[in-house]
Amino acid sequence: MTAELGLAALWLAAALAALQVAMAALGLARGQAAPTAAVRPIAIVQGGLAALAMAALIALFLASDMSVRLVVENSHSAKPWLYKFAGAWGNHEGSMLLWVTILGLAGGAVAIFERRLPERTLIATLGAQAVIALGFYAFLLAASNPFARVSPAARDGLGLNPLLQDPGLAFHPPTLYIGYVGISVAFSFAVGALVTRDVGPVFAKAMRPWVLGAWIFLTLGITAGSYWAYYELGWGGWWFWDPVENASLMPWLAATALLHSVTVLATRDGLRAWTVMLAVVAFSMSMIGTFLVRSGILTSVHAFAVDPVRGRFILVLLALYTGGALALFAARIGTVRAGTTFTLVSREGGLVLNNLLLSVILGVVLIGTLYPLVAAEFGVQLSVGPPFFNAAAGPIALALMVAMAVGPLLRWRRDDAAALLDRMIWPIAAAGFTGAGLVALAPPGVMPLLGLSLAAGLAVASVLPVIGRNPWRTPLFTWGMVVAHLGIAVSLAGMACDSAYTAETLIAARVGQPVRVGPFTVRLDGIKPVIGDNWSALEARLSATRDDDTIVLRPQSRFFADPVTTTSESAIATFRDGQLYTVLGRPDGEGRWQLRLWWKPFVTLIWFGGGLIALGGLLSLVGRWRRERRAAVREAWA
Amino acid sequence: MRRLLLPLALLAAPALADPTTPPSALADTQLRDPAQEAQARALMTTLRCLVCQGQSIADSDASMAGDMRALVRSRIAAGERPAAIRTWLVERYGDYVSYDPPLGPATWPLWLAPVALLVVGALIARSSFRRRR
Repeated sequence: MTAELGLAALWLAAALAALQVAMAALGLARGQAAPTAAVRPIAIVQGGLAALAMAALIALFLASDMSVRLVVENSHSAKPWLYKFAGAWGNHEGSMLLWVTILGLAGGAVAIFERRLPERTLIATLGAQAVIALGFYAFLLAASNPFARVSPAARDGLGLNPLLQDPGLAFHPPTLYIGYVGISVAFSFAVGALVTRDVGPVFAKAMRPWVLGAWIFLTLGITAGSYWAYYELGWGGWWFWDPVENASLMPWLAATALLHSVTVLATRDGLRAWTVMLAVVAFSMSMIGTFLVRSGILTSVHAFAVDPVRGRFILVLLALYTGGALALFAARIGTVRAGTTFTLVSREGGLVLNNLLLSVILGVVLIGTLYPLVAAEFGVQLSVGPPFFNAAAGPIALALMVAMAVGPLLRWRRDDAAALLDRMIWPIAAAGFTGAGLVALAPPGVMPLLGLSLAAGLAVASVLPVIGRNPWRTPLFTWGMVVAHLGIAVSLAGMACDSAYTAETLIAARVGQPVRVGPFTVRLDGIKPVIGDNWSALEARLSATRDDDTIVLRPQSRFFADPVTTTSESAIATFRDGQLYTVLGRPDGEGRWQLRLWWKPFVTLIWFGGGLIALGGLLSLVGRWRRERRAAVREAWA
Repeated sequence: MRRLLLPLALLAAPALADPTTPPSALADTQLRDPAQEAQARALMTTLRCLVCQGQSIADSDASMAGDMRALVRSRIAAGERPAAIRTWLVERYGDYVSYDPPLGPATWPLWLAPVALLVVGALIARSSFRRRR
């Protein structure tokens, strides 16, 4: 019954999305009041129905209803509660349903809360949003029905990939999807503004919270995904330039560029065409991300099902949406008036440089990710990995760090290069001092040295905008920028420390044998079997000693029965100055156990910085919201 | 890409992967000379595990990745240059095994892309400044 209810809700939502497109088109073409007035309520109900379908699927997973194919193929009655719940989107169909649910809810939220935009632009925006949703409803109903039954019902399910059986699953996909979908809202705003030829500060201010919100979630999703891979895969790596990681990084890069250009548009009414273009690009990137991850074209833990029909379906959607938006852009951009003027050395100039460098990095990542796929079509098999991405994107990223240090210290409209150099004295001193100190004390490689020096300079530069100001009278969004830029510096420092100063010990150790790793002495005290909910494991007891302080770590080697898999569960001890990362490997048959030990100084800064970046976004969002509310209250009084 | 993986794995199997024998000691034991180990480690992070889901042999639990690590370490220990080891592996398994795409006609567009993008982007940005001034 629940499955049929869910399917019915999904069909109804799809029908309403079609109606929403029709009403928006009618209202815009004829200017009639009745269809126009219908668009908002339809959008709200459509979102509610999509949410109902998702709720039905979650209920089926929680109840372990083994008459539903998706539950049989991806769940098991012995799974812990949390993984039944999150397992609802730990598969292809469920994850696409989650995508469209968030899309529908976002459309509903726009319909309820958006009051700034002119009515016509809003209707066009909701129409565009419904067009996107319609494609995904069609995809679900035609090629990925999550509610299909099996007859007779199965005795039990096949289980969930153990790598996914982690609290991260409850958090990571929804976070990234909210980010992707938030970008689709920004895209719909851009389409709406193009349709009604209304590209200006009002449009930018209406779009900005969605871009900011999407960007916060993408930042959190990427940060959490990186930490998840770091502790789950058991080899101490935190970023692999894997196509699936790139698929989440590309929308983030585009959203970051968009975030900065939309500020120029909102504040100075410049970069109009560019901002609209970026919104289109950002959405295309999240579609490409969905395509890469969901089509099964890549072999990855994220590619749940290999089905060429699905891949082609998403590819067609991608082509339709991106192509349609670009065509609209080409047709209308001539009517978008040029924005206000500015000179090279100005805040706007700095933001243009930011956009240029971010776009180039985005292009490099995109080409590097797609190149092996395209080459394979020509019969050339090759791999593009870290050596390419580090060499091609690394130097540009470092240049971007310099731009990021300088940008916030520039004045709007026009600035003076000599005065700017004056303001940059402290950051340059900090970078130079750090670099010299490192070379003297513990020389790292060239890139880590540059990274650490730049991080120091950027950290100082990023707090300069609030130095000497009354902290309570500084707008919250200025604090947001400061915190986010500081977060980049912190993260960069963590990356550079990890690559320069990580100590590694790989050893087959006997019980009782002390092993050195970095400043620690680690001893294997013993191995014992342990039993979990749906796994059994061998657990090592390691005691790690540094300066008379001893802590105990318990890495495990886990065996899952449904499906049959072995995973290593690393044990990580976090200290103020870094992490001790331990993994238990296989026995060698002569009484020794393989251990992998890493001391990673300051590695936590990578994710701490990511958190700061997201916090900066949040401060900025709240700050903008408060300022607008105050302005609205003032208006009401006047 | 999946179509490619299976034959590659089969091809590789006799030479490298045999899950019934215990893992070679060098798969997960460092070389005694830190400089050599650093060389080996740098090389391993740029070699692709042929049976995994897009992981380098330095980050993989697969037994084949372990065998390839052992191979890299033993050859480095024997004094071979990392570049020579990469060439040897590429001759056997194709460019697919190396995460560092070779410079050649098939990869000119890839390696020139960053420079080209930077130039085009700078031109767009510059012309927009000039127009606005």
